[in-house]
Amino acid sequence: MSGSEAAAPVVRLAGLRKSFRGHLGIGRTVAVESVDLQIGAGQVFGLLGPNGAGKTTIMKMMLGLLRPDRGEVRLFGEPPSAPSARARLGYLPENPYFYDYLRADEFLDFYGRLQGIPKEERREIVRDTLRRVGLEGSEATALRKFSKGMIQRLGLAQAIQHDPELVILDEPMSGLDPIGRREVRDLILGLKRAGKTVFFSSHILQDAELICDRVAILDKGRLRAVGRLHEMMSETVRWFEVSFRGQLPAGDDLERLSSEGEDHLLRVADIASLTRVLDSLQRSGGQVLSIWPRKDTLEDLFLREVGYLTAGEVRR
Amino acid sequence: MSARPDRVRRRAPGIASAVLAIALNTFREAVRDRVLYLLLAFALILIGVSRLLSLLTVGSEEKIIKDVGLAAISIFGVLTAVFVGVSLVFKEIERRTVYTLLANPVRRWQFVSGKFAGLLAVLSLNVVLMFLGLAIILAIRGESTWALLPAVLLILVELGIITAFALLFSSLTNPILAAVWTFAVYVAGHLSWSLKLLKGKVPEGLSQWLCDLLYWLLPHLEHLNVKAEVVHGQPISLGSVGLAVLYGTSYALAVLVLACVAFERKDFN
Repeated sequence: MSGSEAAAPVVRLAGLRKSFRGHLGIGRTVAVESVDLQIGAGQVFGLLGPNGAGKTTIMKMMLGLLRPDRGEVRLFGEPPSAPSARARLGYLPENPYFYDYLRADEFLDFYGRLQGIPKEERREIVRDTLRRVGLEGSEATALRKFSKGMIQRLGLAQAIQHDPELVILDEPMSGLDPIGRREVRDLILGLKRAGKTVFFSSHILQDAELICDRVAILDKGRLRAVGRLHEMMSETVRWFEVSFRGQLPAGDDLERLSSEGEDHLLRVADIASLTRVLDSLQRSGGQVLSIWPRKDTLEDLFLREVGYLTAGEVRR
Repeated sequence: MSARPDRVRRRAPGIASAVLAIALNTFREAVRDRVLYLLLAFALILIGVSRLLSLLTVGSEEKIIKDVGLAAISIFGVLTAVFVGVSLVFKEIERRTVYTLLANPVRRWQFVSGKFAGLLAVLSLNVVLMFLGLAIILAIRGESTWALLPAVLLILVELGIITAFALLFSSLTNPILAAVWTFAVYVAGHLSWSLKLLKGKVPEGLSQWLCDLLYWLLPHLEHLNVKAEVVHGQPISLGSVGLAVLYGTSYALAVLVLACVAFERKDFN
């Protein structure tokens, strides 16, 4: 972590612990244990973890919806119970549900009032925000007629319409089609360009890989890894996957992953073997379709941290 | 989706502004809920039927109409306060709308107070509509309704107390228990005077201490019940009505403060 991040973190979580009463009130289940995090201004931070890892519990503690058993949360140096801290953030819950008796413009106007947006600006901001999230023309539509994807977009709209410095998004891609996911990614990158801090949780690693500056991997309530993506993942090529059409070359260092007619997919151990395969293909008149250098992915890192893969192992 | 240049001024809304916004939203939710209209329709039908009842009974027809009409306003008001009051908070928690709401610069007591104010506005509208129904029936018979106003005002105050209890209990427990407890307070509140009599009949010690405790804790809702007096044309002093209003509003505010405290301590799992 850089010095400036440590000096003025937007989010600081220190020694957070949260437990809940067990079934029938017997015993306690620890949901989050010893979580320490600092997030500097302008970062896109991804909190990754399998279902039930404690991502939402951490977010709720950040918003003051849950009180930690131990530890503290500071947003802009203040506890989340301070309205002045919450005035500077926007929040989208997982699978949001909003007041279905309201129209889209009434809904955003209501939240705008709570967010302290002056009356004379609200109408324009509501219209503008609906356009930003791709819901222009839906102002007068009742929310009960909205699809899941539209509700997700509207949730994003209420989270960003007051131009917060910190945006907290719980599984923002969930319920969206590929185009919607792409649009949310672009929106997050747009917020980053505008200097905003984005804290989001996801179990879709591809999204995190594309947009995060830093990630944390959470499993069973504990942080397993925190850092910048390029520092956490090895750049070493672990093997090559070669797809080609033609005669199969011979060799002990080659592993055939699949074959269909004359089309084959081979796993090749290193660059020397790859050169030999390519030479062989050239001689036999084969056609190379693709070569994929297989590096560590966030998924490998994630699966190792949650104990699905052993250290050094990568997903095939 | 596109980013937008920074131009919105960020500031926490004023204390009254957040309460008003939540009250308005609560009012909107209730008036767009079909259950409310069902209850209101039942009440108006009952008030209308009171005209028929008066034909079947011996005695003054106007008194029967007034008696049944005021009872309908009171009972349907209480039903609305309990069911709508309990469900409004529960729905916010169950559907997790309260998460996004409280993630804004809104204090929890503002949320509870806004819910209270919004529901009270709905109940007031309900009571006014039911009272108008009763007034129309009485006006057709050439009767004045002005004398009934103190009773209607005190019904509203009573509904304020019931609403505050509904919010308190729905902050503490599930909606079914919250509804049962609120009804229990309503019934016990109308019978609280009997605790004095009961105290004289139970052995000294814990039982008497319990009678005293309940007597001081429960609302004395009979102080807010002047229906019999206005129906029978007995004189009611302005001072006694004022005192009852003061008692009722103070009690409701005290319960509302407890509801705010309970909500303040709540964890949203």
